[in-house]
Amino acid sequence: MRHFAIIGVLILILTPLVYLGVDAAHVMPIEASAQSLTVDWMWNMDVAVLSFLFAVVMVPLVYSLIVFRRRQGETGDGQPIEANTKLEVTWTVIPLLLVMVFAYLGAYTLGQTRIADPNALEINVTAHQWDWSFDYPQGFTSNELHLPINRQVVLKMQSLDVIHSFWVAEFRIKQDIVPGRVTDYRITPILIGQYTVRCAELCGSRHAYMERPVIVSSQADYDAWVTQQAAAAAALVARGGPDAGKVMAAQNGCGACHSLDGTKLTGPTWRGLPGSQVQLSDGTTVAADEAYLTQSIVDPNAKVVLGFPSGIMPKFNLTDAQVKAIVAYIETLK
Amino acid sequence: MRKLFASALARGVLWQLAGWLTGALVITGIRMVMGLKPLDTFFFTEPAWVFGAFIGVLSFIAGSGIVGDWFKWAKGQQTPEHREDPDGWEKYVGISLDHKVIGIQYAVTSLVLLVVGGSFALIFRTELAQPGLQFLTLQWYNTLMSLHGIVMIIGILVGVAGVMNYLVPLLIGAQDMAFPRLNAFSFWIVVPAVILLLSSLALGGFDTGWTGYPPLSARAPVGMQMFFLGVFTAGWSSILGGLNLIATTLRMRAKGMTAFRMPILVWGAMATSLITLTATQLIGLAFQLVMFQRLLGMGFFDPAKGGNPILFQHLFWFYSHPAVYVFVLPGLGVISELLPVFVRKPLYGYRWIAMSSLGIALVGFLVWAHHMFASGMNQYLQVPFMYSTLLVAVPTGVKFFSWLATIWKGKIDFPTPMLFVLGGIVVFLIGGLSGPPNATVATDLHLTDTYFIVGHFHDTIFGGYVFPFFAAIYFWFPKATGRRMNERLGKLHFWIMTPAFLTLTLLMMRIGMLGMRRRIADYDPALGFEGYHIVMTIAGCLIAFSVLIFLVNLVRSVRHGEKAEGNVWNSRSPEWQVPSPLPSHNYENPIEVIGEPYDYGVAGSQYIKFSKGH
Repeated sequence: MRHFAIIGVLILILTPLVYLGVDAAHVMPIEASAQSLTVDWMWNMDVAVLSFLFAVVMVPLVYSLIVFRRRQGETGDGQPIEANTKLEVTWTVIPLLLVMVFAYLGAYTLGQTRIADPNALEINVTAHQWDWSFDYPQGFTSNELHLPINRQVVLKMQSLDVIHSFWVAEFRIKQDIVPGRVTDYRITPILIGQYTVRCAELCGSRHAYMERPVIVSSQADYDAWVTQQAAAAAALVARGGPDAGKVMAAQNGCGACHSLDGTKLTGPTWRGLPGSQVQLSDGTTVAADEAYLTQSIVDPNAKVVLGFPSGIMPKFNLTDAQVKAIVAYIETLK
Repeated sequence: MRKLFASALARGVLWQLAGWLTGALVITGIRMVMGLKPLDTFFFTEPAWVFGAFIGVLSFIAGSGIVGDWFKWAKGQQTPEHREDPDGWEKYVGISLDHKVIGIQYAVTSLVLLVVGGSFALIFRTELAQPGLQFLTLQWYNTLMSLHGIVMIIGILVGVAGVMNYLVPLLIGAQDMAFPRLNAFSFWIVVPAVILLLSSLALGGFDTGWTGYPPLSARAPVGMQMFFLGVFTAGWSSILGGLNLIATTLRMRAKGMTAFRMPILVWGAMATSLITLTATQLIGLAFQLVMFQRLLGMGFFDPAKGGNPILFQHLFWFYSHPAVYVFVLPGLGVISELLPVFVRKPLYGYRWIAMSSLGIALVGFLVWAHHMFASGMNQYLQVPFMYSTLLVAVPTGVKFFSWLATIWKGKIDFPTPMLFVLGGIVVFLIGGLSGPPNATVATDLHLTDTYFIVGHFHDTIFGGYVFPFFAAIYFWFPKATGRRMNERLGKLHFWIMTPAFLTLTLLMMRIGMLGMRRRIADYDPALGFEGYHIVMTIAGCLIAFSVLIFLVNLVRSVRHGEKAEGNVWNSRSPEWQVPSPLPSHNYENPIEVIGEPYDYGVAGSQYIKFSKGH
């Protein structure tokens, strides 16, 4: 009996110690979304029960190893205790009940993170190897995701090539983006600050660098930014020409695959491209004129450069004016 | 040296390479006749490499001679039922039908693969010590990371097969496995598979991780195909090995060895074999579909052609989740098998432990989609898969509580195998307890695809496989060789590896929660993880160092270990009741079971007796 009393006391001591220890270690990043509060609540419930289970196994284990170790000069075997059906049923049924409680809590918290606001702000997200771009309803594209605080946003996410995954650690929720469909991601930012979206699904060699800033600001700051970006975008399209093309190329992440310094990335470099003779994988040669450059953007697999696999570059959603500006920009890179 | 070159191993490998070249040349020739481009980035074109590799595997089978007896039978010829093995090391590089030799072949292959896969990990672990790229390119990082995964997995599957092959016939009192030639085939097919896997290093590697998700895997270099073919080939070993083990356990038990009088490890082996026999096909199928998508343009997973990338993930995880139970069930069986010996008490709740192995195997088939909570699969699947996943905790809990009750009031000794058993219990506990946060969906949406998963996974596999595997080697080494491994080196191995490993995985979980994604070659210095990564790299090096101590101990003890031909551990198990090492066909006199297997401390009780002659 004495053994059980000591073990019981030790479990009662160890359980809160483990729980508080995990809590004090600040294992989670700051909470920047309404959903993160739910996730962290569920996490704390998990940790509470797991601390108890950890103590329930570790205390008797370590206690036995110390108290029942074979002492010097001691011979013989232990007591032949075989089994006790009541005990076995107990430690089958109690975990089963715990499982049911946790399954309920798990389903409940999942539901909480999924509550949809019909007035949510809608932003289109495009992921491709290895960059993000964000299309706003006001008709401009940015490499920064700006969100107003305390308003639910639904990201309509698309991938142009392989599977990517949208993850902002401070928001908690993670969602894969599968090519060929639109995937929703709902979040309600609750803390002003700058965060980073990082691709969480291995998507090829530069996967580690597929990161872009996420900025949560006040509604007023957000509105000001949107107005300014929309005006700048309209001005850019109106202006056209190589300078505008340079900005558009950056916004669409062209540089992820096409270098400007001659380095061979996933696609051919743009440096020295205009006016050069390009060897294609079908054995022919073509002059890199305006028509070729335009076709290579609009229909990327029509003419594939020798040494590069086909089917890699996706078709981007670009207007004719944008394509024209980007081509004009490339033509300056002699 | 000449003996080595004349061995089945050398012949098989040479034939494989010759077959590979021939197959590739044939396709290249056909392409030239058809006017297609004959050569590509990696010299041959992809179809030529793949067809050649396939012919290479068939050539290995033909050249090594593992199917010779079957062909002779088909032609109506007789072959001797038993084959005499040569003495010494030659029998390990030749075709043996003795399950003990095959078991050792498996175990040695497993150790080689674990060392290779571990070295890959050490290379990229060192790369991660600092942010930025130091000495690896992105593609090399991804290839080594992917190969680490699959080489370890094949290494573990092979190690599991080694433990089961060596022990199960001994434990149930059989002369050998039910199908000795199939058994040899199951082992030898692993060799060409491993050559295929490693050949991907020379063919551009692959950057998809061992999961090989399309569309990424449909775009990777030719090395991807070698990965697919390698896994496909190795799968045959699992399927046929599982079949053989089930047949052996069902049909070849000694007199009186009823189901509930079998040593408990046999239950673990049985549960594992049921999984390998029935689930391995799915990963082979999934990979084959991607191979066909690449070679023949069949768009199974290509949305542009009406395919669905998520379907691949379902097929893949339908095997790959149960596979982790393949890794751990025999290991947990080893823990249950060894605990009674070192606490000198009966195994508590034998029937419950036996049933929990089957329970885990069964529930393990119903949980695969918990790998896909963030994948974009239908949302209504999330809750049922959460339920089934949490359910795994119940049979696993039964094992833990039964182990605790077994230790309770024992007379506990701490030789090296016992240390590894206890280390396995603690590490597996941490692996198990870090599981439920991945099951409750909302928390998983944060934790999935981060280092938290990496830490959780390594804890379950080290606790469920690596620690018990080491325990098994230290424990049964005297049975196989008649000599003991050095205790002092064994304890050194344990006391370096365990703290280093716990540090490594706990830090993995920590940085994962704070934002460290898995499978990245580089990380943002702004996250402030550099210090953690340095500690983790040092811990990784310490683990490698401790394994080096183990290998030195192993090799040295084969020749110079202390003689130990008797019942070194004072075990009740049948294999220890006869002198070590055992001759082929095991027991000279058949065994008869007359009592319970684990009645330590019961005066006058006996588990088995030997009948006099046939």
